[in-house]
Amino acid sequence: MLSLCALLLVSVHSGAVIETYEFSTPALEARYQLLSEELRCPKCQNQNIADSNAPISQDLRRLLHQQLEAGASDEEILEFMVARYGEFVRYRPAFNTVTAVLWLAPLILLFAGVAGLLLILRGRRDGAASLTEADQAKLAALLQTPEKDA
Amino acid sequence: MAPRLKLFLPLLIFVVLAGFLYRGLSLDPMALPSALIDKPLPAFTLTALADGRELSREDVIGEPALFNVWATWCISCRAEHPYLQQLADRGVPIYGINYKDEDEAARRWLRELGDPYRVNIVDREGTLGVDLGVYGAPETYLVDAAGVIRYRHVGVVDDRVWRDTLEPIWHEVLAMGQQP
Repeated sequence: MLSLCALLLVSVHSGAVIETYEFSTPALEARYQLLSEELRCPKCQNQNIADSNAPISQDLRRLLHQQLEAGASDEEILEFMVARYGEFVRYRPAFNTVTAVLWLAPLILLFAGVAGLLLILRGRRDGAASLTEADQAKLAALLQTPEKDA
Repeated sequence: MAPRLKLFLPLLIFVVLAGFLYRGLSLDPMALPSALIDKPLPAFTLTALADGRELSREDVIGEPALFNVWATWCISCRAEHPYLQQLADRGVPIYGINYKDEDEAARRWLRELGDPYRVNIVDREGTLGVDLGVYGAPETYLVDAAGVIRYRHVGVVDDRVWRDTLEPIWHEVLAMGQQP
């Protein structure tokens, strides 16, 4: 069973990456890995181009390799991709007016949640203290009444 | 907030949520707006499918036209082909971009199925495709007389797509060209 699982894992992995590129320096190769994991495949939308074997991902990997070897900076490469495929190709989109909601919504929701929680907690504490003496007496009387249907 | 109004809070949340979800029903999650709308058609130097002569951007702009990305390995392109022929017969200029294909197979396809294209640009490596932001085939770009991309349709162009989406933009582009 274990060996079968191992075999499956291996076969899935070998299917994911097709070609390998030679890099002149290990630094370029490291940047290639990072960028190919950050760039999103426009065809198969929930994969990055490192994992996807769609033809378009092969093309983009080839371009990525060419541009890295030609000395392009990360920003230049990302700009090149965004100019063609839109902000969509980045798994970490740049912060601008279009993506502001995307970046800020989690923070806003978190603050709203904390604020809501504080309000509820304060409401509870106030509620417990706000029983008047008459109410307390009523409550005690109720609690002491024997249950009729017992 | 008054306690009575508080009771309506779950209803309010439900209505807002239902509104978003209802909108989601009619959105296509695969739809991807082109980054090249209102940008000029990218420059290229590639060859023509029929005779191998060199083609560049200047050879294919000057009047409003459709640019259709196709390939013989693309099944939907075969379904789309007869409709492109109809459009061409009606006088819509269509340029083909033969995307990551084999020349011989592509020529055979045009011999057997008919050729609706003004000329076919051979993009064997997909370089023009990448410059256009193509991620599959078929894709159809509507380009105006100045060589500016006005619309991109991903998928098969059929009668419905033409009437509902492309034709209105097409007429707009034609009208724009006729003004001095």
